[in-house]
Amino acid sequence: MIEARHLSKVYKARKGDRTAVDDISFSVGEGEFFSFLGPNGAGKTTTIQMMVALLKPTKGTITIDSLDVVASPHEVRQRIGIIFQDPSLDDRLTAWENLEFHGRLYGIDAESRRTRGNFLLEVLGLADRKDDLVRTFSGGMKRRLEIARGLLHAPRLLILDEPTLGLDPHSRRSVWEHIHRVRKEVGMTVFLTTHYLEEADSSDRVAIINGGKIVAEGTPDRLKKDLSSEMLTLETNTPEKVVTYLLESYPKLSGMIRKEEEIVSFPMPSGEALSPWDLLRALPFPIREASVRRPNLDDVFIHYTGSELKGQTSEKGVRP
Amino acid sequence: MTEEKALSWSVLVGKSRPLAPPLTRDLMGIYTLWQRDVIRLWRDRIRLVGSFIQPLLFLFILGGGLSPRMGAMGVTGSGGTLGYQGFLFPGIVAMSVLFTASFAGVAIVWDREVGFLKEVLVAPLSRTAVVIGKILGGATNSVVQGSLILLLFPLFHLHPSPGRILLAFLVMILIGLTQTSVGILLGVRMTSSQGFMVLMNFVILPLFFLSGALYPLDRLPPWLAMASRADPLTYGVDLLRRALTGVHFHSMLTDLVSLGLFMGTMATLSVVLFNKTD
Ligand SMILES: Nc1ncnc2c1ncn2[C@@H]1O[C@H](COP(=O)(O)OP(=O)(O)OP(=O)(O)O)[C@@H](O)[C@H]1O
Ligand SMILES: [Mg+2]
Repeated sequence: MIEARHLSKVYKARKGDRTAVDDISFSVGEGEFFSFLGPNGAGKTTTIQMMVALLKPTKGTITIDSLDVVASPHEVRQRIGIIFQDPSLDDRLTAWENLEFHGRLYGIDAESRRTRGNFLLEVLGLADRKDDLVRTFSGGMKRRLEIARGLLHAPRLLILDEPTLGLDPHSRRSVWEHIHRVRKEVGMTVFLTTHYLEEADSSDRVAIINGGKIVAEGTPDRLKKDLSSEMLTLETNTPEKVVTYLLESYPKLSGMIRKEEEIVSFPMPSGEALSPWDLLRALPFPIREASVRRPNLDDVFIHYTGSELKGQTSEKGVRP
Repeated sequence: MTEEKALSWSVLVGKSRPLAPPLTRDLMGIYTLWQRDVIRLWRDRIRLVGSFIQPLLFLFILGGGLSPRMGAMGVTGSGGTLGYQGFLFPGIVAMSVLFTASFAGVAIVWDREVGFLKEVLVAPLSRTAVVIGKILGGATNSVVQGSLILLLFPLFHLHPSPGRILLAFLVMILIGLTQTSVGILLGVRMTSSQGFMVLMNFVILPLFFLSGALYPLDRLPPWLAMASRADPLTYGVDLLRRALTGVHFHSMLTDLVSLGLFMGTMATLSVVLFNKTD
Protein backbone atom coordinates (compact mmCIF):
# COMPACT_ATOMS: atom_id res chain seq x y z
CA MET A 1 0.00 0.00 0.00
CA ILE A 2 2.71 2.48 1.00
CA GLU A 3 6.28 2.27 -0.27
CA ALA A 4 8.73 4.91 0.88
CA ARG A 5 12.27 4.76 -0.47
CA HIS A 6 15.12 6.88 0.86
CA LEU A 7 12.72 9.65 1.69
CA SER A 8 14.26 12.90 2.91
CA LYS A 9 12.93 16.35 3.60
CA VAL A 10 15.10 19.35 4.28
CA TYR A 11 13.38 22.55 5.35
CA LYS A 12 15.14 25.64 4.10
CA ALA A 13 15.52 28.15 6.85
CA ARG A 14 17.37 31.42 7.13
CA LYS A 15 19.69 30.05 9.76
CA GLY A 16 20.84 26.94 7.97
CA ASP A 17 18.74 24.05 6.74
CA ARG A 18 16.96 21.59 8.94
CA THR A 19 16.67 17.95 8.02
CA ALA A 20 13.27 16.88 9.28
CA VAL A 21 13.18 13.46 7.60
CA ASP A 22 16.47 11.76 6.94
CA ASP A 23 16.61 9.00 4.36
CA ILE A 24 13.84 6.76 5.66
CA SER A 25 12.44 3.70 3.90
CA PHE A 26 9.44 1.69 4.97
CA SER A 27 6.56 -0.19 3.49
CA VAL A 28 3.05 -0.85 4.70
CA GLY A 29 1.00 -3.73 3.39
CA GLU A 30 -2.62 -3.71 2.30
CA GLY A 31 -4.93 -3.79 5.30
CA GLU A 32 -2.13 -3.37 7.79
CA PHE A 33 -2.27 -1.15 10.87
CA PHE A 34 1.07 0.58 10.95
CA SER A 35 2.31 3.04 13.56
CA PHE A 36 4.97 5.68 13.53
CA LEU A 37 6.05 6.18 17.09
CA GLY A 38 8.28 9.14 17.83
CA PRO A 39 8.85 12.09 20.15
CA ASN A 40 7.98 15.70 19.24
CA GLY A 41 9.83 16.92 16.19
CA ALA A 42 10.76 13.43 15.04
CA GLY A 43 9.47 14.07 11.52
CA LYS A 44 6.14 12.24 11.66
CA THR A 45 3.95 15.02 10.34
CA THR A 46 6.52 15.91 7.70
CA THR A 47 6.46 12.33 6.42
CA ILE A 48 2.67 12.43 6.23
CA GLN A 49 2.70 15.71 4.35
CA MET A 50 4.89 14.07 1.75
CA MET A 51 2.48 11.14 1.55
CA VAL A 52 -0.39 13.43 0.61
CA ALA A 53 1.67 15.66 -1.70
CA LEU A 54 1.44 18.74 0.49
CA LEU A 55 5.24 18.73 0.57
CA LYS A 56 7.67 17.61 -2.08
CA PRO A 57 10.34 15.20 -0.88
CA THR A 58 13.83 16.69 -1.07
CA LYS A 59 15.05 13.22 -2.02
CA GLY A 60 13.59 9.77 -2.46
CA THR A 61 10.24 8.52 -3.62
CA ILE A 62 6.97 7.50 -2.09
CA THR A 63 4.22 5.51 -3.75
CA ILE A 64 0.71 4.80 -2.53
CA ASP A 65 -1.12 1.93 -4.14
CA SER A 66 1.74 1.79 -6.70
CA LEU A 67 1.10 5.42 -7.70
CA ASP A 68 3.90 7.90 -7.39
CA VAL A 69 2.74 10.68 -5.09
CA VAL A 70 4.60 13.48 -6.84
CA ALA A 71 3.56 12.40 -10.33
CA SER A 72 -0.14 11.83 -9.67
CA PRO A 73 -1.12 13.67 -6.50
CA HIS A 74 -4.87 13.75 -7.16
CA GLU A 75 -5.18 10.03 -7.81
CA VAL A 76 -3.25 9.40 -4.60
CA ARG A 77 -5.36 11.83 -2.57
CA GLN A 78 -8.51 10.15 -3.78
CA ARG A 79 -7.26 6.98 -2.08
CA ILE A 80 -6.31 8.63 1.20
CA GLY A 81 -8.38 9.81 4.12
CA ILE A 82 -6.39 11.99 6.45
CA ILE A 83 -6.96 13.22 9.96
CA PHE A 84 -4.51 16.03 10.57
CA GLN A 85 -2.71 16.59 13.81
CA ASP A 86 -4.26 20.05 14.09
CA PRO A 87 -7.99 20.65 13.71
CA SER A 88 -9.17 21.21 10.15
CA LEU A 89 -12.96 21.47 10.36
CA ASP A 90 -14.92 24.58 9.51
CA ASP A 91 -16.50 25.24 12.87
CA ARG A 92 -18.98 27.77 11.47
CA LEU A 93 -20.60 25.00 9.47
CA THR A 94 -22.69 22.12 10.75
CA ALA A 95 -21.34 18.60 10.99
CA TRP A 96 -23.41 17.63 8.01
CA GLU A 97 -22.19 20.55 5.91
CA ASN A 98 -18.61 19.62 6.64
CA LEU A 99 -19.28 16.12 5.36
CA GLU A 100 -21.30 17.30 2.41
CA PHE A 101 -18.66 19.76 1.23
CA HIS A 102 -15.93 17.19 1.63
CA GLY A 103 -17.89 14.73 -0.46
CA ARG A 104 -18.31 17.27 -3.22
CA LEU A 105 -14.64 18.19 -3.24
CA TYR A 106 -13.89 14.50 -3.80
CA GLY A 107 -16.41 14.20 -6.61
CA ILE A 108 -18.89 11.89 -4.90
CA ASP A 109 -22.46 11.86 -6.20
CA ALA A 110 -25.27 13.32 -4.09
CA GLU A 111 -26.99 10.05 -3.25
CA SER A 112 -23.77 8.45 -2.00
CA ARG A 113 -22.89 11.53 0.00
CA ARG A 114 -26.21 11.16 1.80
CA THR A 115 -26.13 7.43 2.45
CA ARG A 116 -22.46 7.25 3.34
CA GLY A 117 -22.62 10.37 5.48
CA ASN A 118 -25.50 9.00 7.51
CA PHE A 119 -23.80 5.64 7.86
CA LEU A 120 -20.56 7.17 9.11
CA LEU A 121 -22.24 9.56 11.53
CA GLU A 122 -24.05 6.55 12.94
CA VAL A 123 -20.85 4.52 13.33
CA LEU A 124 -19.01 7.42 14.93
CA GLY A 125 -21.85 8.19 17.31
CA LEU A 126 -22.66 11.64 15.93
CA ALA A 127 -25.99 10.99 14.24
CA ASP A 128 -27.96 13.09 16.72
CA ARG A 129 -25.65 16.08 16.33
CA LYS A 130 -25.57 16.17 12.59
CA ASP A 131 -27.21 19.59 12.16
CA ASP A 132 -25.34 21.31 14.98
CA LEU A 133 -22.59 23.82 14.31
CA VAL A 134 -19.18 22.24 14.81
CA ARG A 135 -18.17 25.03 17.17
CA THR A 136 -20.55 23.54 19.73
CA PHE A 137 -18.72 20.18 19.63
CA SER A 138 -16.26 18.87 22.21
CA GLY A 139 -12.71 18.03 21.18
CA GLY A 140 -13.47 14.34 21.02
CA MET A 141 -16.56 14.88 18.89
CA LYS A 142 -14.60 17.04 16.48
CA ARG A 143 -12.02 14.31 16.16
CA ARG A 144 -14.72 11.75 15.43
CA LEU A 145 -16.28 14.03 12.86
CA GLU A 146 -12.90 14.42 11.19
CA ILE A 147 -12.62 10.67 11.05
CA ALA A 148 -16.07 10.38 9.51
CA ARG A 149 -15.15 13.04 7.00
CA GLY A 150 -11.86 11.37 6.17
CA LEU A 151 -13.70 8.13 5.42
CA LEU A 152 -16.50 9.59 3.33
CA HIS A 153 -14.76 9.07 0.01
CA ALA A 154 -14.06 5.43 0.95
CA PRO A 155 -10.26 5.75 1.07
CA ARG A 156 -8.12 2.63 1.00
CA LEU A 157 -5.66 4.24 3.38
CA LEU A 158 -6.54 6.15 6.52
CA ILE A 159 -3.84 8.42 7.92
CA LEU A 160 -4.21 9.45 11.55
CA ASP A 161 -1.72 12.06 12.75
CA GLU A 162 -1.82 11.93 16.54
CA PRO A 163 -5.59 11.54 16.53
CA THR A 164 -5.98 11.81 20.28
CA LEU A 165 -3.65 14.70 20.96
CA GLY A 166 -5.07 17.03 23.56
CA LEU A 167 -8.01 14.82 24.50
CA ASP A 168 -8.78 13.71 28.03
CA PRO A 169 -8.46 9.99 28.80
CA HIS A 170 -12.18 9.44 28.44
CA SER A 171 -12.41 11.02 24.99
CA ARG A 172 -9.22 9.29 23.95
CA ARG A 173 -10.74 5.94 24.77
CA SER A 174 -13.93 6.83 22.98
CA VAL A 175 -12.06 7.96 19.85
CA TRP A 176 -10.10 4.72 19.85
CA GLU A 177 -13.19 2.61 20.31
CA HIS A 178 -14.58 4.32 17.27
CA ILE A 179 -11.42 3.87 15.24
CA HIS A 180 -11.41 0.16 15.99
CA ARG A 181 -15.09 -0.05 15.18
CA VAL A 182 -14.55 1.72 11.88
CA ARG A 183 -11.66 -0.54 11.05
CA LYS A 184 -13.79 -3.56 11.69
CA GLU A 185 -16.75 -2.29 9.73
CA VAL A 186 -15.09 -0.39 6.94
CA GLY A 187 -11.72 -2.10 6.78
CA MET A 188 -8.74 -0.26 5.38
CA THR A 189 -5.02 0.26 5.83
CA VAL A 190 -4.24 2.54 8.75
CA PHE A 191 -1.15 4.68 9.14
CA LEU A 192 -0.97 6.12 12.62
CA THR A 193 1.49 8.50 14.22
CA THR A 194 1.52 8.85 17.94
CA HIS A 195 3.64 9.30 20.97
CA TYR A 196 1.26 7.38 23.17
CA LEU A 197 2.80 3.97 23.56
CA GLU A 198 -0.36 2.09 24.32
CA GLU A 199 -1.84 3.29 21.04
CA ALA A 200 1.08 1.96 19.06
CA ASP A 201 0.88 -1.27 21.02
CA SER A 202 -2.38 -2.25 19.36
CA SER A 203 -0.97 -1.92 15.85
CA ASP A 204 0.35 -4.67 13.61
CA ARG A 205 3.70 -3.07 13.10
CA VAL A 206 5.56 -0.16 14.63
CA ALA A 207 8.39 1.99 13.36
CA ILE A 208 10.16 4.09 15.94
CA ILE A 209 11.29 7.35 14.45
CA ASN A 210 13.66 9.77 16.09
CA GLY A 211 15.48 12.77 14.68
CA GLY A 212 14.11 12.03 11.22
CA LYS A 213 15.43 8.46 11.16
CA ILE A 214 13.71 5.13 11.67
CA VAL A 215 15.65 3.57 14.53
CA ALA A 216 13.66 0.35 14.95
CA GLU A 217 10.87 -1.43 13.19
CA GLY A 218 8.83 -4.56 13.79
CA THR A 219 5.77 -5.95 15.48
CA PRO A 220 5.32 -4.64 19.02
CA ASP A 221 6.04 -8.15 20.33
CA ARG A 222 9.20 -8.51 18.31
CA LEU A 223 10.50 -5.14 19.46
CA LYS A 224 9.89 -5.99 23.08
CA LYS A 225 11.52 -9.40 22.77
CA ASP A 226 14.52 -7.94 20.99
CA LEU A 227 15.07 -5.58 23.87
CA SER A 228 15.13 -8.26 26.53
CA SER A 229 13.03 -10.99 27.94
CA GLU A 230 12.70 -9.33 31.33
CA MET A 231 12.81 -5.91 32.89
CA LEU A 232 14.04 -5.56 36.43
CA THR A 233 12.87 -2.75 38.70
CA LEU A 234 14.60 -2.03 41.98
CA GLU A 235 13.76 0.31 44.80
CA THR A 236 16.71 1.37 46.89
CA ASN A 237 18.02 4.09 49.19
CA THR A 238 21.22 4.37 47.19
CA PRO A 239 20.18 4.56 43.56
CA GLU A 240 23.40 6.26 42.36
CA LYS A 241 25.58 3.54 43.83
CA VAL A 242 23.40 0.83 42.36
CA VAL A 243 23.61 2.39 38.91
CA THR A 244 27.38 2.75 39.10
CA TYR A 245 27.73 -0.80 40.23
CA LEU A 246 25.48 -2.12 37.47
CA LEU A 247 27.39 -0.24 34.79
CA GLU A 248 30.70 -1.57 36.05
CA SER A 249 29.54 -5.14 36.27
CA TYR A 250 27.46 -5.16 33.09
CA PRO A 251 28.88 -2.64 30.59
CA LYS A 252 26.21 -3.76 28.11
CA LEU A 253 23.62 -1.90 30.12
CA SER A 254 25.17 1.43 29.22
CA GLY A 255 22.37 3.74 28.12
CA MET A 256 19.66 1.29 29.16
CA ILE A 257 19.28 2.09 32.83
CA ARG A 258 16.51 4.38 33.92
CA LYS A 259 16.47 6.04 37.28
CA GLU A 260 13.47 7.81 38.74
CA GLU A 261 13.95 9.04 42.29
CA GLU A 262 14.78 5.87 44.17
CA ILE A 263 13.64 3.50 41.48
CA VAL A 264 16.10 1.96 39.07
CA SER A 265 14.94 -0.12 36.15
CA PHE A 266 16.78 -1.88 33.34
CA PRO A 267 16.50 -4.87 31.05
CA MET A 268 18.25 -8.04 32.14
CA PRO A 269 21.66 -8.04 30.45
CA SER A 270 21.37 -10.35 27.47
CA GLY A 271 23.71 -13.17 26.58
CA GLU A 272 24.67 -14.01 30.17
CA ALA A 273 23.49 -17.06 31.97
CA LEU A 274 22.12 -14.95 34.75
CA SER A 275 18.78 -14.97 36.47
CA PRO A 276 17.31 -11.87 38.08
CA TRP A 277 17.73 -13.65 41.36
CA ASP A 278 21.49 -14.11 40.83
CA LEU A 279 21.87 -10.48 39.89
CA LEU A 280 20.02 -9.33 42.96
CA ARG A 281 22.02 -11.54 45.28
CA ALA A 282 25.28 -10.23 43.86
CA LEU A 283 24.23 -6.66 44.47
CA PRO A 284 26.23 -5.26 47.43
CA PHE A 285 23.58 -2.71 48.40
CA PRO A 286 20.35 -3.04 50.31
CA ILE A 287 17.28 -3.27 48.08
CA ARG A 288 13.88 -2.41 49.47
CA GLU A 289 11.84 -3.94 46.76
CA ALA A 290 12.46 -5.67 43.46
CA SER A 291 10.17 -6.79 40.70
CA VAL A 292 10.53 -8.50 37.36
CA ARG A 293 8.19 -7.84 34.43
CA ARG A 294 8.00 -8.23 30.66
CA PRO A 295 9.26 -5.23 28.74
CA ASN A 296 6.60 -2.94 27.30
CA LEU A 297 6.74 -0.59 24.36
CA ASP A 298 7.67 2.19 26.74
CA ASP A 299 10.95 0.44 27.48
CA VAL A 300 11.55 -0.15 23.79
CA PHE A 301 10.83 3.46 22.97
CA ILE A 302 13.13 4.81 25.62
CA HIS A 303 15.80 2.36 24.67
CA TYR A 304 15.83 3.45 21.03
CA THR A 305 15.12 7.13 21.30
CA GLY A 306 16.71 7.85 24.64
CA SER A 307 14.18 10.60 24.64
CA GLU A 308 13.97 10.76 28.39
CA LEU A 309 17.72 10.75 28.71
CA LYS A 310 18.74 13.04 25.92
CA GLY A 311 21.09 15.88 26.75
CA GLN A 312 21.56 14.70 30.28
CA THR A 313 24.21 12.40 31.73
CA SER A 314 24.10 10.38 28.58
CA GLU A 315 27.50 8.73 29.01
CA LYS A 316 26.04 7.04 32.05
CA GLY A 317 22.60 6.59 30.62
CA VAL A 318 21.15 7.86 33.83
CA ARG A 319 18.55 10.50 34.42
CA PRO A 320 19.52 12.70 37.34
CA MET B 1 -24.78 -6.82 13.79
CA THR B 2 -21.19 -5.98 12.91
CA GLU B 3 -21.34 -8.37 9.99
CA GLU B 4 -24.39 -6.64 8.68
CA LYS B 5 -22.83 -3.18 8.95
CA ALA B 6 -19.60 -4.23 7.27
CA LEU B 7 -21.72 -5.47 4.46
CA SER B 8 -23.70 -2.30 4.27
CA TRP B 9 -20.59 -0.10 4.01
CA SER B 10 -19.14 -2.10 1.18
CA VAL B 11 -22.56 -2.23 -0.45
CA LEU B 12 -22.90 1.53 -0.06
CA VAL B 13 -19.52 2.11 -1.60
CA GLY B 14 -20.12 -0.44 -4.29
CA LYS B 15 -23.41 1.12 -5.28
CA SER B 16 -21.94 4.58 -5.82
CA ARG B 17 -21.61 6.08 -9.21
CA PRO B 18 -18.06 6.44 -10.45
CA LEU B 19 -16.26 9.52 -9.23
CA ALA B 20 -16.67 12.69 -11.21
CA PRO B 21 -13.94 13.41 -13.79
CA PRO B 22 -11.36 16.07 -12.86
CA LEU B 23 -13.00 18.98 -14.68
CA THR B 24 -16.44 18.33 -13.18
CA ARG B 25 -14.77 17.92 -9.81
CA ASP B 26 -13.07 21.28 -10.19
CA LEU B 27 -16.32 22.98 -11.16
CA MET B 28 -18.08 21.31 -8.27
CA GLY B 29 -15.22 22.39 -6.02
CA ILE B 30 -15.55 26.01 -7.15
CA TYR B 31 -19.26 25.89 -6.47
CA THR B 32 -18.71 24.30 -3.06
CA LEU B 33 -16.09 26.80 -1.91
CA TRP B 34 -18.25 29.64 -3.16
CA GLN B 35 -21.26 28.30 -1.31
CA ARG B 36 -19.25 27.88 1.87
CA ASP B 37 -18.19 31.53 1.86
CA VAL B 38 -21.73 32.69 1.24
CA ILE B 39 -23.13 30.50 4.03
CA ARG B 40 -20.49 31.78 6.39
CA LEU B 41 -21.34 35.42 5.67
CA TRP B 42 -25.01 34.67 6.09
CA ARG B 43 -24.43 33.05 9.48
CA ASP B 44 -22.25 35.93 10.58
CA ARG B 45 -24.99 38.53 10.97
CA ILE B 46 -22.82 40.81 13.05
CA ARG B 47 -20.36 41.13 10.22
CA LEU B 48 -23.20 41.70 7.79
CA VAL B 49 -24.71 44.48 9.88
CA GLY B 50 -21.36 45.85 11.04
CA SER B 51 -20.13 46.46 7.56
CA PHE B 52 -23.38 48.24 6.81
CA ILE B 53 -22.72 50.86 9.48
CA GLN B 54 -19.42 52.24 8.26
CA PRO B 55 -20.71 53.41 4.85
CA LEU B 56 -23.64 55.06 6.57
CA LEU B 57 -21.23 57.08 8.71
CA PHE B 58 -19.46 58.27 5.60
CA LEU B 59 -22.67 59.07 3.76
CA PHE B 60 -24.52 60.91 6.48
CA ILE B 61 -21.87 62.36 8.77
CA LEU B 62 -18.97 63.06 6.43
CA GLY B 63 -21.28 63.73 3.50
CA GLY B 64 -23.77 65.70 5.54
CA GLY B 65 -21.01 67.79 7.12
CA LEU B 66 -19.15 68.62 3.94
CA SER B 67 -22.06 69.08 1.60
CA PRO B 68 -23.00 72.68 2.59
CA ARG B 69 -19.43 73.86 1.81
CA MET B 70 -18.97 71.93 -1.40
CA GLY B 71 -21.57 73.41 -3.71
CA ALA B 72 -22.41 71.77 -7.03
CA MET B 73 -20.23 68.83 -8.01
CA GLY B 74 -21.45 68.56 -11.60
CA VAL B 75 -24.45 68.31 -13.80
CA THR B 76 -26.59 65.19 -13.59
CA GLY B 77 -27.90 63.30 -16.58
CA SER B 78 -31.26 65.02 -16.26
CA GLY B 79 -29.68 68.49 -16.21
CA GLY B 80 -29.91 69.22 -12.47
CA THR B 81 -26.95 70.00 -10.23
CA LEU B 82 -25.34 67.27 -8.17
CA GLY B 83 -24.78 67.92 -4.48
CA TYR B 84 -21.86 66.52 -2.51
CA GLN B 85 -23.83 63.72 -0.90
CA GLY B 86 -25.06 62.57 -4.28
CA PHE B 87 -21.49 62.79 -5.56
CA LEU B 88 -20.20 60.82 -2.59
CA PHE B 89 -22.83 58.10 -2.84
CA PRO B 90 -21.31 56.03 -5.70
CA GLY B 91 -17.91 56.34 -4.01
CA ILE B 92 -19.28 54.86 -0.81
CA VAL B 93 -21.00 52.04 -2.68
CA ALA B 94 -17.58 51.25 -4.18
CA MET B 95 -15.99 51.54 -0.76
CA SER B 96 -18.33 49.02 0.76
CA VAL B 97 -17.55 46.59 -2.07
CA LEU B 98 -13.84 47.28 -1.61
CA PHE B 99 -13.82 46.65 2.12
CA THR B 100 -15.84 43.44 1.98
CA ALA B 101 -13.87 42.13 -0.97
CA SER B 102 -10.56 42.71 0.77
CA PHE B 103 -11.97 40.62 3.56
CA ALA B 104 -11.70 37.59 1.31
CA GLY B 105 -7.96 37.85 1.75
CA VAL B 106 -8.37 37.69 5.51
CA ALA B 107 -10.70 34.74 5.03
CA ILE B 108 -7.99 32.74 3.30
CA VAL B 109 -5.52 33.58 6.07
CA TRP B 110 -8.14 32.50 8.63
CA ASP B 111 -8.70 29.28 6.78
CA ARG B 112 -5.00 28.68 7.05
CA GLU B 113 -4.96 29.54 10.74
CA VAL B 114 -7.89 27.33 11.68
CA GLY B 115 -6.61 24.52 9.47
CA PHE B 116 -9.51 24.28 7.06
CA LEU B 117 -7.24 25.26 4.18
CA LYS B 118 -5.35 21.98 4.62
CA GLU B 119 -8.56 20.05 4.16
CA VAL B 120 -9.12 21.90 0.89
CA LEU B 121 -5.53 21.50 -0.25
CA VAL B 122 -5.46 17.72 0.20
CA ALA B 123 -8.65 17.33 -1.78
CA PRO B 124 -8.10 16.07 -5.33
CA LEU B 125 -8.77 19.52 -6.66
CA SER B 126 -6.63 21.90 -8.67
CA ARG B 127 -5.29 24.92 -6.85
CA THR B 128 -6.71 27.06 -9.61
CA ALA B 129 -10.20 25.85 -8.72
CA VAL B 130 -9.59 26.71 -5.08
CA VAL B 131 -8.60 30.27 -5.91
CA ILE B 132 -11.47 30.75 -8.33
CA GLY B 133 -13.94 29.48 -5.74
CA LYS B 134 -12.48 31.88 -3.20
CA ILE B 135 -12.58 34.83 -5.59
CA LEU B 136 -16.18 34.15 -6.56
CA GLY B 137 -17.22 33.70 -2.94
CA GLY B 138 -15.56 36.92 -1.80
CA ALA B 139 -16.88 38.85 -4.79
CA THR B 140 -20.42 37.65 -4.18
CA ASN B 141 -20.30 38.72 -0.57
CA SER B 142 -18.94 42.12 -1.48
CA VAL B 143 -21.59 42.67 -4.13
CA VAL B 144 -24.29 41.76 -1.61
CA GLN B 145 -22.88 44.34 0.80
CA GLY B 146 -22.57 46.94 -1.96
CA SER B 147 -26.13 46.31 -3.10
CA LEU B 148 -27.46 46.97 0.37
CA ILE B 149 -25.93 50.44 0.15
CA LEU B 150 -26.94 50.88 -3.46
CA LEU B 151 -30.57 50.47 -2.45
CA LEU B 152 -30.34 53.76 -0.56
CA PHE B 153 -30.10 55.80 -3.77
CA PRO B 154 -33.55 57.45 -3.42
CA LEU B 155 -32.35 59.13 -0.20
CA PHE B 156 -29.83 61.11 -2.23
CA HIS B 157 -32.23 62.37 -4.89
CA LEU B 158 -30.78 60.11 -7.54
CA HIS B 159 -33.07 58.70 -10.20
CA PRO B 160 -31.08 56.24 -12.30
CA SER B 161 -33.04 54.27 -14.90
CA PRO B 162 -33.32 50.47 -14.42
CA GLY B 163 -30.70 50.02 -17.16
CA ARG B 164 -28.27 52.22 -15.27
CA ILE B 165 -28.90 50.36 -12.03
CA LEU B 166 -28.06 47.19 -13.87
CA LEU B 167 -24.85 48.81 -15.11
CA ALA B 168 -24.01 49.83 -11.55
CA PHE B 169 -24.57 46.26 -10.48
CA LEU B 170 -22.21 44.94 -13.14
CA VAL B 171 -19.58 47.47 -12.12
CA MET B 172 -19.87 46.29 -8.52
CA ILE B 173 -19.23 42.75 -9.71
CA LEU B 174 -16.11 43.90 -11.55
CA ILE B 175 -14.85 45.82 -8.53
CA GLY B 176 -15.65 42.87 -6.28
CA LEU B 177 -13.73 40.41 -8.45
CA THR B 178 -10.74 42.74 -8.77
CA GLN B 179 -10.47 43.59 -5.09
CA THR B 180 -11.07 40.04 -3.92
CA SER B 181 -8.20 38.98 -6.15
CA VAL B 182 -6.03 41.71 -4.62
CA GLY B 183 -6.99 40.52 -1.14
CA ILE B 184 -6.21 36.91 -1.96
CA LEU B 185 -2.98 37.87 -3.67
CA LEU B 186 -1.84 39.52 -0.46
CA GLY B 187 -3.28 36.81 1.77
CA VAL B 188 -1.84 33.76 0.05
CA ARG B 189 1.55 33.89 1.72
CA MET B 190 0.43 35.27 5.06
CA THR B 191 0.16 33.02 8.09
CA SER B 192 -1.25 35.45 10.63
CA SER B 193 -4.53 37.27 10.22
CA GLN B 194 -3.34 40.08 12.45
CA GLY B 195 -0.39 40.69 10.18
CA PHE B 196 -2.74 40.64 7.26
CA MET B 197 -5.00 43.29 8.79
CA VAL B 198 -2.02 45.57 9.27
CA LEU B 199 -0.88 45.01 5.70
CA MET B 200 -4.38 45.58 4.45
CA ASN B 201 -4.56 49.02 6.03
CA PHE B 202 -1.59 50.04 3.94
CA VAL B 203 -3.34 48.84 0.82
CA ILE B 204 -7.06 49.46 1.22
CA LEU B 205 -6.93 53.02 2.46
CA PRO B 206 -4.67 54.32 -0.34
CA LEU B 207 -6.83 52.52 -2.88
CA PHE B 208 -9.90 54.13 -1.39
CA PHE B 209 -8.48 57.64 -1.03
CA LEU B 210 -6.91 57.70 -4.49
CA SER B 211 -10.00 56.43 -6.24
CA GLY B 212 -11.84 59.73 -6.31
CA ALA B 213 -14.57 58.33 -4.09
CA LEU B 214 -14.36 61.40 -1.85
CA TYR B 215 -13.34 64.18 -4.26
CA PRO B 216 -13.41 64.96 -7.97
CA LEU B 217 -10.35 64.05 -9.99
CA ASP B 218 -10.27 67.08 -12.29
CA ARG B 219 -8.01 69.44 -10.34
CA LEU B 220 -5.54 67.09 -8.68
CA PRO B 221 -1.81 67.88 -8.35
CA PRO B 222 0.08 65.88 -11.00
CA TRP B 223 1.51 63.23 -8.65
CA LEU B 224 -1.93 62.51 -7.22
CA ALA B 225 -3.43 62.33 -10.68
CA MET B 226 -0.76 59.78 -11.65
CA ALA B 227 -1.32 57.67 -8.55
CA SER B 228 -5.04 57.81 -9.06
CA ARG B 229 -4.67 56.39 -12.56
CA ALA B 230 -2.79 53.41 -11.17
CA ASP B 231 -5.63 52.58 -8.78
CA PRO B 232 -8.08 50.01 -10.14
CA LEU B 233 -10.83 51.38 -7.93
CA THR B 234 -10.66 54.77 -9.71
CA TYR B 235 -12.26 53.30 -12.80
CA GLY B 236 -14.88 51.46 -10.78
CA VAL B 237 -15.88 54.59 -8.90
CA ASP B 238 -15.95 56.62 -12.08
CA LEU B 239 -18.16 54.11 -13.84
CA LEU B 240 -20.46 53.77 -10.85
CA ARG B 241 -20.79 57.54 -10.67
CA ARG B 242 -21.56 57.73 -14.36
CA ALA B 243 -24.22 55.04 -13.99
CA LEU B 244 -25.86 56.53 -10.93
CA THR B 245 -25.50 60.29 -11.48
CA GLY B 246 -24.27 60.91 -15.02
CA VAL B 247 -21.14 62.69 -13.73
CA HIS B 248 -17.82 61.15 -14.76
CA PHE B 249 -14.13 61.89 -15.36
CA HIS B 250 -12.75 59.15 -17.64
CA SER B 251 -14.41 57.90 -20.80
CA MET B 252 -16.56 54.79 -20.50
CA LEU B 253 -14.12 52.87 -22.70
CA THR B 254 -11.14 53.79 -20.49
CA ASP B 255 -13.10 52.74 -17.42
CA LEU B 256 -14.22 49.40 -18.76
CA VAL B 257 -10.90 48.44 -20.35
CA SER B 258 -8.85 49.45 -17.30
CA LEU B 259 -11.16 47.68 -14.90
CA GLY B 260 -11.14 44.56 -17.05
CA LEU B 261 -7.36 44.60 -17.35
CA PHE B 262 -6.85 45.07 -13.63
CA MET B 263 -9.29 42.29 -12.88
CA GLY B 264 -7.65 39.84 -15.28
CA THR B 265 -4.17 40.64 -14.02
CA MET B 266 -5.01 40.40 -10.33
CA ALA B 267 -6.99 37.18 -10.70
CA THR B 268 -4.23 35.59 -12.78
CA LEU B 269 -1.55 36.69 -10.35
CA SER B 270 -3.39 35.26 -7.37
CA VAL B 271 -3.92 31.94 -9.18
CA VAL B 272 -0.26 31.79 -10.16
CA LEU B 273 0.97 32.68 -6.70
CA PHE B 274 -1.35 30.22 -4.98
CA ASN B 275 -0.19 27.44 -7.27
CA LYS B 276 3.37 28.17 -6.21
CA THR B 277 2.72 28.26 -2.48
CA ASP B 278 3.18 25.28 -0.18
N1 LIG C 1 7.31 24.37 7.92
C1 LIG C 1 8.46 24.07 8.56
N2 LIG C 1 9.55 24.83 8.36
C2 LIG C 1 10.71 24.55 8.99
N3 LIG C 1 10.88 23.50 9.81
C3 LIG C 1 9.84 22.71 10.06
C4 LIG C 1 8.56 22.95 9.44
N4 LIG C 1 7.71 22.00 9.85
C5 LIG C 1 8.39 21.21 10.69
N5 LIG C 1 9.69 21.62 10.82
C6 LIG C 1 10.74 20.98 11.61
O1 LIG C 1 10.88 19.65 11.17
C7 LIG C 1 11.07 18.78 12.26
C8 LIG C 1 10.03 17.67 12.21
O2 LIG C 1 8.75 18.22 12.42
P1 LIG C 1 7.43 17.36 12.36
O3 LIG C 1 6.30 18.31 12.46
O4 LIG C 1 7.48 16.47 11.19
O5 LIG C 1 7.56 16.52 13.70
P2 LIG C 1 6.49 15.54 14.36
O6 LIG C 1 7.16 14.23 14.49
O7 LIG C 1 5.21 15.59 13.66
O8 LIG C 1 6.37 16.19 15.80
P3 LIG C 1 5.10 16.34 16.75
O9 LIG C 1 4.97 15.10 17.52
O10 LIG C 1 5.47 17.49 17.62
O11 LIG C 1 3.94 16.65 15.87
C9 LIG C 1 11.01 19.62 13.51
O12 LIG C 1 12.33 19.87 13.92
C10 LIG C 1 10.34 20.89 13.07
O13 LIG C 1 10.85 21.98 13.79
MG1 LIG D 1 3.33 16.08 14.11
